[in-house]
Amino acid sequence: MELTGAQALIKSLETEGVEVIFGLPGGAILPVYDPIIDSPIRHILVRHEQGAGHAAEGYAQVTGRPGVAIVTSGPGATNIVTPLADAYMDSIPLVVVSGQVATQAIGTDAFQEVDTTGITMGVTKHNWLVTDANDIPRVVAEAFHVATTGRPGPVVIDLPKDISNAKMQWNWPTSIDLPGYSPRVEPDLNAIDAAVALIVAAKRPVLYVGGGVVKSDASDVLRRLVDMTKIPVVTTLMARGALPDGDPRCLGMPGMHGNFTAVTAMQEADLLISLGARFDDRVTGKVSAFAPDAKIVHIDVDAAEIGKVRHADVAIVADCRLAAIALADALTKNLDAKGAGLDDARLASWWQRIDGCRKRFPYVYDQGDGKTIKPQFVVEMLRQSTPKDTILVSGVGQHQMWASQFWRFDAPRMWVNSGGLGTMGFAVPAAIGAKVGRPDAMVWAVDGDGCFQMTAQELVTASSERIPIKVAILNNAYLGMVRQWQHMFYEERYSEVYLSPDLPDYVGWAEAMGCVGLRVSAPEEVLPAIEKANAVDDRPVVLDFRTDSMEQVYPMVPAGASNSDIVVHPSQSDRPR
Amino acid sequence: MSDSPAPKHHLLAIRVENKAGVLVRIAGLFARRGFNIVSLAVAPTNDVHFSRVSIVVDAESAPLRQIVDQLDKLINVVEITELNPMEAQQAELLLVTLKTDKKVAKKLTKLVAASKGTVLSTSKEAMTVMLAGPPETLDDFETSLRNFEILELQRSGSIALPKLKSAS
Repeated sequence: MELTGAQALIKSLETEGVEVIFGLPGGAILPVYDPIIDSPIRHILVRHEQGAGHAAEGYAQVTGRPGVAIVTSGPGATNIVTPLADAYMDSIPLVVVSGQVATQAIGTDAFQEVDTTGITMGVTKHNWLVTDANDIPRVVAEAFHVATTGRPGPVVIDLPKDISNAKMQWNWPTSIDLPGYSPRVEPDLNAIDAAVALIVAAKRPVLYVGGGVVKSDASDVLRRLVDMTKIPVVTTLMARGALPDGDPRCLGMPGMHGNFTAVTAMQEADLLISLGARFDDRVTGKVSAFAPDAKIVHIDVDAAEIGKVRHADVAIVADCRLAAIALADALTKNLDAKGAGLDDARLASWWQRIDGCRKRFPYVYDQGDGKTIKPQFVVEMLRQSTPKDTILVSGVGQHQMWASQFWRFDAPRMWVNSGGLGTMGFAVPAAIGAKVGRPDAMVWAVDGDGCFQMTAQELVTASSERIPIKVAILNNAYLGMVRQWQHMFYEERYSEVYLSPDLPDYVGWAEAMGCVGLRVSAPEEVLPAIEKANAVDDRPVVLDFRTDSMEQVYPMVPAGASNSDIVVHPSQSDRPR
Repeated sequence: MSDSPAPKHHLLAIRVENKAGVLVRIAGLFARRGFNIVSLAVAPTNDVHFSRVSIVVDAESAPLRQIVDQLDKLINVVEITELNPMEAQQAELLLVTLKTDKKVAKKLTKLVAASKGTVLSTSKEAMTVMLAGPPETLDDFETSLRNFEILELQRSGSIALPKLKSAS
């Protein structure tokens, strides 16, 4: 069957089971947009290529399937570099197809030419410049394979215009031939036994659960491990919901703005079992002072993560799910052989310590005078008045931390945020992608006013495509997290962080973009506004919550400080640690 | 060979797919992760689908394990062999052009012959000499050129294969 390169690309995407593409056409990608008309794949026309990338990320995070975006050459490609970097940091499977100038024009500084493969090399798992139309099916198959296996990540296919137009013979590959790529997924059982020995001997163990558990769909196995061992669990920012917050073994989020108990348990642990986490600096604080007494069992599908930050006493390079199953099986066997070994009593004093911390240092916030809206209150009200299976999306900053702290996560893949890269403006487009991937679920974005202004134009996309997401702007009129650092570390010298609550007029702006817009200025208006928003299902809703500008995120481990020096809420600072 | 402390320079023999941009991927990885390259040589192997990249890395800039694991993540990298300098058969090429007159040329020709080098070309004022061998041999040769005037000198960077077990 003879096809054009462009037709072959779309047919290849169809063969890969792609159901939706986020994109924006332009000169070099024009040939690809013609067969899109005839394809069953849904195309969602974004208003800026960054929106396409983040939407594809949101889609991927809630569905577990790769997100797909198509952009043109030059600025189209550079505009999607931020989402690629974001997906690379957070290990999100993404396949981006970029147009490129014609092969003969490459290197001549042609109109809308950039070296896309060069620019994206450092922020992709791999990329391809296609030089022969006959290669298209093979390259697409390789791209999806690389993006979705091992440690997932973003890939780019750069497609010159003449290759899209060229004729080719359709031929779908029957196998993948990448001699340099064979991710290790099965755990080494000797290492598993070594881990078991440490686990049964530990007096103060902590399961340090990261995004890898969500990506490998290992929550059920984690459940089994926890029920069997009674080991306390911390769920990182990328793993919120991997174990439900309501579970008595779940201590919540560790790290810079994690809760005191999670941070302190890790700090005092004699064993950390890291499942799909990477000892990020936001979790460890000062590395040399991090968990000083802890032996480390490090399980990760990416060998390069092991020992990168902290020496691992037991290293297990494997898919998290398979490793967790092997670990649970080995622990069970260990029980059978020796009768006991994992009895509850062994951790009694450890749990006593942890429960004491929980009692003394829960998340709290100042309830205020009852006239100003506390941002944490909005998150709490949202959680209380939305369906249990609501997907929560956030941008980056104070609102993100409050969302993670005050929402109650019941399941994995219900929380979408930008962790590693910290990309402001992530929420609105990512929420669109999440809603497209899970049209059955209610999708709320908790956003900051600074974040919202970066990518709000995608609400036009949401309105025109009838994607009814809901956005709660925690409008404190500031770049709040920067303000907090200037408050704490720059003697309250506020430099370039004021944004104004009224400029732009968020309600007017929302309405101009085809959304319902509501302003919420008093605490008693919060609940009715949320209920009103919940009732809208034919268009996006934007709620402009005028929140307290002075509010700070607590607890906080100052940058570069030891986790032992965690700063708690002022109302708790006198309590014994 | 004498016992010496853990070498800070390590040799990596990397088999890569012979595809456009592979060298950039490797060099870019070193740059963005802050690993230092001491020398680098690339050439096709006897199989046209693959090339061999020989890198001498500074194992003080990052743990060798981390460098290898990160390199291994590059899709086009097929195989990495870590070669401890003690267990590697290393070779490097040196080309040097020296200023000569009749008297100097005579002296130099003698030195080159003694060092098992080759005179590639001569003119009235200069001579170009080639020497191949282990990096230390080349270092020694460079030192012995101290009393001559070097116009240009170029070394290729080390390439290496594992030392055969029977050889010592």
